[in-house]
Order: sequence, then C-alpha cells, then structure tokens
Amino acid sequence: MKSAFTLNRHLVQRFGFSLITLMAVVTVAPIVVVVIYILLQGGPAISWEFLLSIPRDGMRAGGILPAIVGTFYLTVGTAVFSVPLGIASAIYLSEYAADNALTRMIRIAIINLSGIPSVVYGLFGLGLFVLFLKFGTSILSASLTLSIMTLPVIISTAEEALRAVPQSFRTVSVSLGGTRWQTIQRIVLPQALPGILTGVILGLERAAGETAPILFTGAAFFLPRLPNSPLDATMALPYHLFVISTQVPDMPVKIQYGTALVLLAFVLTMNLIATVIRSRARARRQW
Amino acid sequence: MEKTLNWREFVITRLVRASGYSAIVFVALIFFFLLREGLPTLVEVPLSSLFSLRWYPIENYFGILPLITGSIIVTVGATLIAVPFGIGTAIYISEIAPRWMREILKPLVELLGGLPSVVLGFLGMLVLSPFLRVFLNLPTGLTALAGSILLGGIAVPTVVSIAEDALDTVPRAYREGAWALGATNWQTIWRVTLPAAKSGVLTAVMLGVGRAIGETMTVMMVTGNAPVMAITLGSFFSPVRTMTATIAAEMGEVANGSVYYHTLFFIGIVLFVISLAVNIAASSVVFRAKRRAERVLS
Repeated sequence: MKSAFTLNRHLVQRFGFSLITLMAVVTVAPIVVVVIYILLQGGPAISWEFLLSIPRDGMRAGGILPAIVGTFYLTVGTAVFSVPLGIASAIYLSEYAADNALTRMIRIAIINLSGIPSVVYGLFGLGLFVLFLKFGTSILSASLTLSIMTLPVIISTAEEALRAVPQSFRTVSVSLGGTRWQTIQRIVLPQALPGILTGVILGLERAAGETAPILFTGAAFFLPRLPNSPLDATMALPYHLFVISTQVPDMPVKIQYGTALVLLAFVLTMNLIATVIRSRARARRQW
Repeated sequence: MEKTLNWREFVITRLVRASGYSAIVFVALIFFFLLREGLPTLVEVPLSSLFSLRWYPIENYFGILPLITGSIIVTVGATLIAVPFGIGTAIYISEIAPRWMREILKPLVELLGGLPSVVLGFLGMLVLSPFLRVFLNLPTGLTALAGSILLGGIAVPTVVSIAEDALDTVPRAYREGAWALGATNWQTIWRVTLPAAKSGVLTAVMLGVGRAIGETMTVMMVTGNAPVMAITLGSFFSPVRTMTATIAAEMGEVANGSVYYHTLFFIGIVLFVISLAVNIAASSVVFRAKRRAERVLS
C-alpha cells in the first residue's frame, strides 16, 4: 500500500515535470523558429542595393534606405527625450522620494503608463503634438510620442539599478562631506550605469519596433528621399513592413521578408547589446 | 565655492523632483486629450446608437459593441493560451530547469517580448493563417483564432517574467519545510511554492491580459477586420475586428474634428479606462499581498 503510494507520487512528479518541460519547449521553440525562418527567407534579399537605395516601382523594387534611416532617427529622437527624463525620474524615486501618498501616486502612474495600449499613445500624440502643438506629422511628434511610451520602461529599470547600489556607498560618500547630488553623481550613478544602460536599450528597442504610436504622428507611407528636418514625416521599418505586406498589391515576398529581417536585425542587435552589458556588469560587480 | 555648490544642488534637486512627477503629468495629459477629442461623441451620437450592433461609420452607424466583443474574444483566446504556457514556463525556469538552461531560456523569452508585433503579424498573414485555413478547412485563415494564437505569444513574456519573479521571492525555507515532510519536488511546487506565490502569479495573469487587449498591429493584420458581433464559440473561426485595430486602420482616413474622428477617440477612452482598471487592479493585488506579509512578520 505504502510503496504503491510512493510509486504513484513519483510517477505523478515524472509526468508533471515532463508536462511542464514540454510547455516551456512549446513556448520557447517558436521564437527560435521565427528568427531562423526570417533569416532564411529574408537573407537572399539583403544586398548593398537593398540597404542603401530608395524604393522604386511603387516600393516593389529598389531598397529600403529611407525606412532604415527613419527608424534610426526615431530611435535617436526617442532617446533624446526619454533618457534624461527617465533617469532623472528614477533618481527621484530611488534617492529623494519619501514613502508617502504622492510617491505611491507616481508609482501607480508609471504602472499605468506601461499598460496603456500603444495605439492609444498614437491617439494622444495626434491630439497633443500633431494638432494642438502643431508639430504636424513629423519625426518630432513621433519621437515625443514614443518617448512617453518608453518612459515607464526606463524609469523602472533605472530605479531598480539605482536601488541595487548598497546603502553603505552613500553613507561613506556623505560622511566624507559629499552633498546628496555629489553622492549621486560620483558614486551611485557610475555604479548603477550598466543596469541603467540595459534598461534604456530595452526601452528603445521596444520603441524602434513599434508601429501603432507612429501611424498618425510621423510615419509616411512612401517618401522617395531622406527626411531633412525633425519636422518632416519619415518612413520607418515597422510601418514600411506593415505597408508592403497589407497595402501594396503584387508585392514581391522577397522584399517583405528582407524588410522583416532588417527590422529584426535592428531589434536583435539592441537586445544582444543589452544582454552583453548586463552579463558583463554582473560578472564584474564586486558588491 | 560653497555658495555656487548650494545653488547647483538646489537647481538639480528641483529638476530631479520635477522629473519625478512627470509620470503623473503624462497620465493626466493623456486622459485629458482623449477626453477632449473623444467626449463630443456622447453629444453627437445617441447612446442607443453608440452601443448598437452595427459599425459602419460611412453611413453613420457607430455601434461599438462588435468591436468590444471582437477585442474580448481575441483576448480570451490569447489568455487561454498565454496563462497555462506562461505559468508553466515560469515554473520550469524557476523550479525545474538546471542553471545553464535558465541562462538560455530567460533571454529567449525576453527576446519574444522584444519582437516587433508587426513582424509577428506579417508571419501570421503569410504562414499561420494559410496553415489554419487548410488545417481547419475554413474559408479564410484570418480569424479570431489566428489573432488569439499570436496574441498569446505576445502576452507570454509578460506572464513568464512576472510569475517567475513571484516564484523566486518565495523563501527557500518554505520548500525545505515541504521536503523535510517528505513531499516530492512536484508536490512542493504544486502545494507550497505556487500557492505562496499566488498573488504575484495573479498579477502576472492580469498584466498579460492587459498586454493582449492593447495589442494593435498583430490583430489588425491577422484577424480579418470584419466588425461583426463575436459572441459564440464559432466566432473564433471567423474574422473579427478589435477596438485597437479599428483605431489604427481608420484614423488615417477621417477628417479631424468629424463625428467619426471623435468616435475613434471615444474608443481610445474605452481602451484607456480598461487598461487603467486592469493595471490598478493588478498593482493593488501586489500591494495587498505585501501588506499581508508585513502583518505576518510584525
């Protein structure tokens, strides 16, 4: 009786573990398959001409240079607004904020910002930046919209990195006569830098791949040249992929997969950089 | 020297403080601009028409119920996929996997979270929906089911990372106690670790749902975009249209300030309120759990 029971529960464990392992495999395998599939399908489309020339024949031939440059500009634009604001906000939460109702409100606001659907950010950007502030459909409007969307990611990861710096570091700096800001600037920030950088890159990665927030704020269907001011609309890789896979009839599949591959490469590179920074910092950390 | 230092310190402190408040300002601004552009709908379109069954704005039918049911059915499908697989993967990563496996799996799941939704939508159109059409013998593969499968994939990383955090914070002593009583690893996971992490896992599920409701590009590309009421099980196998996809697909074509334009913003308000509710509920679960933990400790 007893041995049957033990056998039984070990069998249950074996069955349970197999099931859970299978679920993990089913969850992770598609990611690998997707990346390899796009690599194989899109690889043949990649050439210098594809990367460095303007689309021709209603985007059915030529390259995707304006979309690549556009996504680059949007990412940089997003960084310009969201990185300083996000890090400053994280410094406030980690180093200055008291544990009171106001701080709790800030935290709830951050959680909500991170949950707002991307297309609602698009509506907001249209209402505030494009129409009310009259920035028009432009890189500026789109970057500002993407920045606000990226902000919660940067704030929460940067705050976590700042909080991970041991309290004793701050105590020592203050006991040597450092002011609060000197302590933050010379002790806390440098120690937290790798963590902050990881968060910034992951946030920008998300912004670079987004389509919905730029649909009505800065994305151009087709632009036969490169944008030459922040007030120009621009093509962008994610929107371009959307356009050529849904709006253009008789689109060669090769160009679609090629565009998907370039977008994926852009995003994966950022992801890889973030992962490397994080693991190197972890290995080198002395506290 | 002393003076300039104080002055700098003062300015910087003020700047940092102001940045700290920015999140509140932005949430308020977003809400304000959605209301400003969306509320006129309530005056221009009678409520009975707004909550009717027909969305055909060109002929002034502004019934948003089909869009709401479309969002719900796709989200329910995505949740049914993301929750078991997300929690299963989280249990595997945190409780079962050897260390080296964990180091491979975590970045991969993170990678899934970073895949642009437009890329998933693109593959959904070219690979998944043709497969579903042939496999299930449907007139079209662009269905709620295709949307649910892809959205499930998009929601999974959220569920995994938060559920895994929750499992990680369960004290090791709980597990050791269970082992000491002769429980197997499986019994420990199922009856001790998972119940102890319950509130965090619940948060993970809610944020996963929130992620699915708000997703736009993927659903717009694979669900076929037919604004019909989706209230039966059969709706999974036919085209539907979500609130997010409607805004994304139609905002580009409407005149600023028209009834149509206001109605699309009104749908934005509905989405905003839903995401607000989901996120406040999710975070209050965490706060409650924390307070309970503090009570236990004191």
